[in-house]
Amino acid sequence: MKVRVTLNVNGESREALVPTHKTLLEVLREDLGLTGTKHGCELGECGTCTVLVDGEPVLSCLALPVETEDRRITTVEGMAEGGRLHPLQQAFAELGAAQCGYCTPGILLTATALLAERPSPTRQEVKEALAGNLCRCTGYTKILDAVELAALRMGRQEART
Amino acid sequence: MTKNDFTVIGRPLPKVDAWAKVVGETKYADDLFLPRMAYAKLLRSAHAHARIKSIDTTRARALPGVFAVVTAEDLPRVKFGILPVSQDEEALCAEKVRMVGDPIAAVAAVDEETAEQACRLIEVDYEPLPALMSIFDSLAHPEVRIHDYGDGPNVHKNVALQFGDVDAALDGAHLVREDVFFFEGNTHLPMEQHAAVAHWAADGRLTLWSSTQTPHYVHRVLAKVLDTPAAHIRVIATPVGGGFGGKTDPFSHEIVVCQLSKLTGRPVKIALTREEVFYTHRGRHPVLMWIKTGFTKQGDITGCHLRTWLDGGAYGSYGVASTFYTGVINPVTYKIPVYKFEGARIFTNKPPCGPKRGHGTVQPRFALECQLDKAAEQLGLDPADMRRRIVAEPFTKTANHLTVTTIGLGECIDKVVEASGWRDKRARYGVSAKPAPGKPAGSSSAKKRGLGIACSAYLTGAGTAIYWNDMPHSGVIARADRSGGVSVLCGATDIGQGSDSILAYLTAEVLGIEPKDIHVLPADTTLTPVDLGSYSSRVTLMCGMAAIQAAQRLRDAIFKAVAQKLEVSPAALVARERKIGVPDDWDRAVPFARGVELGEALHGVLAFPGSYAPPKRAGKYKGGGVGPSPCYSYSACVVELTVDEETGAVDLENVWIGHDIGRALNPLLVEGQVEGSVYMGIGEALMEEQVFRKNLHKHPSMLEYKSPTTLETPEIHTILVETDDPEGPFGAKEAGQGPLLPVIPAIANALHHALGIRIDEVPITADKILKALDLKRAGKPARVGPTRLPLLTFKQALAVESAFGQPADAIVSRPFAASSRPSP
Repeated sequence: MKVRVTLNVNGESREALVPTHKTLLEVLREDLGLTGTKHGCELGECGTCTVLVDGEPVLSCLALPVETEDRRITTVEGMAEGGRLHPLQQAFAELGAAQCGYCTPGILLTATALLAERPSPTRQEVKEALAGNLCRCTGYTKILDAVELAALRMGRQEART
Repeated sequence: MTKNDFTVIGRPLPKVDAWAKVVGETKYADDLFLPRMAYAKLLRSAHAHARIKSIDTTRARALPGVFAVVTAEDLPRVKFGILPVSQDEEALCAEKVRMVGDPIAAVAAVDEETAEQACRLIEVDYEPLPALMSIFDSLAHPEVRIHDYGDGPNVHKNVALQFGDVDAALDGAHLVREDVFFFEGNTHLPMEQHAAVAHWAADGRLTLWSSTQTPHYVHRVLAKVLDTPAAHIRVIATPVGGGFGGKTDPFSHEIVVCQLSKLTGRPVKIALTREEVFYTHRGRHPVLMWIKTGFTKQGDITGCHLRTWLDGGAYGSYGVASTFYTGVINPVTYKIPVYKFEGARIFTNKPPCGPKRGHGTVQPRFALECQLDKAAEQLGLDPADMRRRIVAEPFTKTANHLTVTTIGLGECIDKVVEASGWRDKRARYGVSAKPAPGKPAGSSSAKKRGLGIACSAYLTGAGTAIYWNDMPHSGVIARADRSGGVSVLCGATDIGQGSDSILAYLTAEVLGIEPKDIHVLPADTTLTPVDLGSYSSRVTLMCGMAAIQAAQRLRDAIFKAVAQKLEVSPAALVARERKIGVPDDWDRAVPFARGVELGEALHGVLAFPGSYAPPKRAGKYKGGGVGPSPCYSYSACVVELTVDEETGAVDLENVWIGHDIGRALNPLLVEGQVEGSVYMGIGEALMEEQVFRKNLHKHPSMLEYKSPTTLETPEIHTILVETDDPEGPFGAKEAGQGPLLPVIPAIANALHHALGIRIDEVPITADKILKALDLKRAGKPARVGPTRLPLLTFKQALAVESAFGQPADAIVSRPFAASSRPSP
């Protein structure tokens, strides 16, 4: 059975006619063309498909679109503002935190939620926040460095404004 | 030229594809959606070993939404495999399945769900055969044959090589150690599941997009298996979401989608599930090892004899190479005057093993480095000092006729010893440490600290191709356009290691422009010259050398035209800051884009090829083709850990890794490769295992197949050592595989330091640690590891004279190298 869902994705209202059991991950990728969200297991184990729902990290492979209607969904495509990259994206690119890049969108969004809650996290706090996101390339080192750098820059930006 | 003269090389620049990756724009294979596209699913065997009596697809074909169903009958009956000597795989199994997960049929349908439903409607009548699930099973049951080829019943490969009189060398030794080790199999676990999209167009030409590390080999296999001219097939490797060797074989799913596209007249996509990726495998071989080494009082090695038994799984894959690799790279690290190696790969009814990061060398490295630690202890030597003493000599040959060039291992050892505080901590930590002043002896804490060291070497690209030929291993075309941009076409596949970036950096360096001016067009068999693939740590060196040659030829052509214009000699010109001119008269320098126009006016279109093949230095004996490499990287690693005696839990605190990179073309990328290697080594050492229960993978999911998260990964301290190797592009060696090797034995050795126990088996899990501690308390040898070895007669060893210590040949054949050496 198909249902019509209206999703608020990256500030845009998007409609899709989808089977009720189709996951948010599948709808984002296949119906809305937002392929920046990746899948690593489709069982909620690897964190790769993480998106933000009302600012909270959610595994889109375990979420159903009907659950997320009337809520704000943010995918990696919605992180940059206009042409300006989010400080996390900038830092990940600069420091080599994305190698194959496949886990990167999920990690960027998880880190976004962390920094919203804790603007200056300790390294241990960053590790704990990202413990549900697997990365097989980087050994996490550059990822942790990049989150710290972004936090620092965002803090400075905050101080200036 | 000194380091400071480089403008691009040595700078910590972002990768050229970093921006696309952080905004989610990079298109991996499963991100491709083509109009009218159908979705495919494979029906896979539920049996580990069975004859297929019949397959009935009637019900599947009748299901609404199904476009096509294929079985072996719908494909040419041609077997394939990555190595010419092991053509033993079928795109769809015809008569027999050899493992759970073997592909039997495939469906293309309107969506994945329908395809999956149709697969369930296919009825297969099996006649089960005994499943052989271990080396011991397979050798004990020669009457059950998994394949009808190989070096004996269920023996895929049996090799034996001897370089010098090992028995005599061991007889004359002060200490002879005989040890047995086991390394359990594990898998790559790339974050991206394999995916492919095929489009067999109406004009009869086929395009396959695939997450592969080796588009060239996939191209060759498709032509063979689909019985279609290679000229009508185009293979494009999409950016790969992690490979580590797991996407280096041509796979069933890649072939099947092509056939389904042909039959349906639609583009067809397939994306493997995570469970399928576990069964597709080609990962680390489980290897049993016996190693006997002689030592002098001072710790010098007098000779070494190694035997390895590899559990190969159901198919050949890279297994012949894997078997050789368990033996042939060991002599590159230390002075080993005489050496004997016997190895055998056994077929079992499990997913085939193949190349995983460090291909075949990781397991014997664990054995050798743990044995060195035991020998050092017996000889009363410091394990770091002992290793420092026996480091191989640069620009010499090994016992097995491999030529080594630069060796930065001594410096790597010195640096990790210093950075880790080795001498102080070795005395303070450990089972026999004296309590610190002020602290009571026999501290009540169950947590003990330890420090361990190990070293390794790895090849920078295999010296011989997978199929015998005299053509380049890597090719590049550099094309300048009038805008001042340069397009670089190369078959190299970026799997996250940064090959696109390296091509851009090297071309920009030679032409005096910026990486942003370079457009890299990679991995497309129709557009790009062949590169053999992203395996064996070959890409930076081989594509790099080809890129430098192409860029130099382009630069020479432009210089000739600019020289005419400026009325100077071409030799007086330099290219930098996007300009070309004479350094002393830089005001008259012309912009690079103007130089291109002048060049195009003089020569016509500016497009130049670069080609690279490794120096021909293979040992002149059968089997001498596996092991040679243009140069070898070296690594030394110190691990600091805490282990809880009550729970067996290991907490890694710090890893110091010194890596001889030759030259860091981009230190940021090199560090990333080193850190990733260390991380992967930690996973293999402590938790990862590809194991089976009742013929099934015990845990084919990312939750149960344990791999390190941020919380298990310690701080990794990377120290790069530069040796400026004459073989590498601007002196560079590999970084992507070698640094994994020493981590695993360093952890085992640190555990011994902490607790006085030996775990001679990987992974080192808490239960093994507790078992060893129990043995220790009971006054028994505190060792956990294998106790029995397979009964198998190795071949009579091919006796070859040891080449140990001979100087590297002064003159070497270098195909395509004419005037192509980078000017150092």
